[in-house]
Amino acid sequence: MNNILTVFWKEVRENLRDRRTVLNTLLTGPLIAPLMFALVINASISRELAKAEKPLPVPVVGAEHAPNLIAALRRAGAQIKDAPADPERAVREQDADLVLRIPAAYAKSWAAGEPAQVEIIHDQSQRDAQGPVLRLQAMLSAYAQQNGALRLVARGISPNVMRPLVVADRDQSTAQTRSGGMFSMLPYFFILGVFIGGMALAIDTTAGERERQSLEPLFVNPVRRGALLTGKLGATTAFAFTTLVLSIVAFAVAARFMPTDKLGISLQLGLQFACGTLLVMLPLTVLLATLQTLAAAFAKSFREAQTYLSLLMFVPAVPTMLLSLYPVKTQAWMYAVPLMSQHVTMIRLMRGDAVTPGDFALCVATTTLAALVAVLLTAWVYRGERLAISA
Amino acid sequence: MIEVDDLHKTFGAVKAVAGVSFTARDGEITGLLGPNGAGKTTTLRMLYTLMRPDRGGVRVDGIDAAADPLAVRRRLGVLPDARGLYKRLSARENIDYFGRLQGLDAATRAHRIDELARSLDMGDILDRPTEGFSQGQRVKTAIARALIHDPRNVILDEPTNGLDVMATRAMRGFMRALKAQGRCVLFSSHIMQEVGALCDRIVVIAHGRVVADESPAQLRAQTGAASLEDAFVQIIGSEEGLAA
Repeated sequence: MNNILTVFWKEVRENLRDRRTVLNTLLTGPLIAPLMFALVINASISRELAKAEKPLPVPVVGAEHAPNLIAALRRAGAQIKDAPADPERAVREQDADLVLRIPAAYAKSWAAGEPAQVEIIHDQSQRDAQGPVLRLQAMLSAYAQQNGALRLVARGISPNVMRPLVVADRDQSTAQTRSGGMFSMLPYFFILGVFIGGMALAIDTTAGERERQSLEPLFVNPVRRGALLTGKLGATTAFAFTTLVLSIVAFAVAARFMPTDKLGISLQLGLQFACGTLLVMLPLTVLLATLQTLAAAFAKSFREAQTYLSLLMFVPAVPTMLLSLYPVKTQAWMYAVPLMSQHVTMIRLMRGDAVTPGDFALCVATTTLAALVAVLLTAWVYRGERLAISA
Repeated sequence: MIEVDDLHKTFGAVKAVAGVSFTARDGEITGLLGPNGAGKTTTLRMLYTLMRPDRGGVRVDGIDAAADPLAVRRRLGVLPDARGLYKRLSARENIDYFGRLQGLDAATRAHRIDELARSLDMGDILDRPTEGFSQGQRVKTAIARALIHDPRNVILDEPTNGLDVMATRAMRGFMRALKAQGRCVLFSSHIMQEVGALCDRIVVIAHGRVVADESPAQLRAQTGAASLEDAFVQIIGSEEGLAA
């Protein structure tokens, strides 16, 4: 036990003196993700809000053919503008989100009571332009419905004849559940923080020691390899866990600056979220730190270890990507799969959904088991006699 | 005392060590001489239990290395071929770390560090971070941390490697002092003059085998060669890998 603590404190002390490691653990890991996240969310929320309220600029070709339609669009909040010389090209080159074209035949068809065609020129691959396109479509179809109803009334027919079916939207989502979709990336940021926080130590304590030729002298001391490894894993885990705690704090602070309430959604990043997340992340932190150390133990140099760990960094992204591609209902088995269980638990906590003690227990137990297997495997690699040899 | 009995070690198809036996006695300096790649470092690694021999055994002060490696390591002070320091720690912290791992209490560690710093003449570098140390300063620190627990047996793998003339002289003086204290000193080298000047016994290794185990004078007499250099070349059978 004394030996484990000796190794632990030496690794902690040595790495606290490394400015780059400290920056990664205390700053980059915990801060970059929430900052980026707050920026992205802020930008997209403000953009959505701005678009919904602002007048919609609509460049129109042939406005003179349909003065009534134009007047109706103006009333609905459109800002009619002169169209560019080549509408198709302007849209393709993103000079305009959309262009409305009213053909010369419009007036004739309208007067004859035949369907009059208008064209919306847009580019569906431009996500930014989809909001304006939908708004314009809604304005046009409202105008069409209104005039259709008037024509029926003029012929003495109830407009209801044209509406055999009325679809009413009854959205069952709550403010919390709506935020879930938007924030499903969030758990990955926490897991990534843990990864970044432990990376420097995982490399330094094994591949780094070997590259600096200090592992062989260390192994000559009358201390079991298992004790050395435990101290090193402890130090790596401690750094990674520090990063996690700081990211939770950083996210809680960042959430205050996100105008989520304007969208009618809310995030529960309070004490309950913090405690639940720390609980489920603790065994995962050990597991990730051990896997990082294991990967670093196979590397012959610092650089090689960095390459391995960068590849390993994609692994935690897998459940996040799967769950955002296939947003399936939370199933019991998900709590039994490390990484996925943390993801699911964090999402549910964030949305204010219940996570039962049983779910917590399953998540912690399976991840602890996985961590234990990883530790034993690493200990086995650590006992190998080639491990210490630098050259 | 270190007793080595018929060590064998194979890496894949390469027989690195194929039957090495010798004894290094207390109060003597034993030199392990051989060309580069002769199996010196591998032999030493088996002595300090970093590697397990395929065959044969090692006894340190009568303790079997295979049966109780931790007890053997407690009785050994080892300067391995790899002698990296922790750059972000001071020399004192480097030495102290190994003292803790040897299980020494704080008072003993402080006392031993003072003692070693005096005999290795490293007083002014003790509290500096080891980043930027010269080769000689690094070796001094590495030796101090290897000897923090006051071991009876000292193993040095190419201790003068990379040292300048003054540092080499100091190192030889230090090894003689260890001998005078009654310790068993075993070191490896591929430099003949060094071995000739220092050793009470010379164990010559070539191709993983012991080809001679004598005192320097006996070695010269046995081969009838005028100089040690000629004697070595005669014993090893080639001049490859030796440095004058």
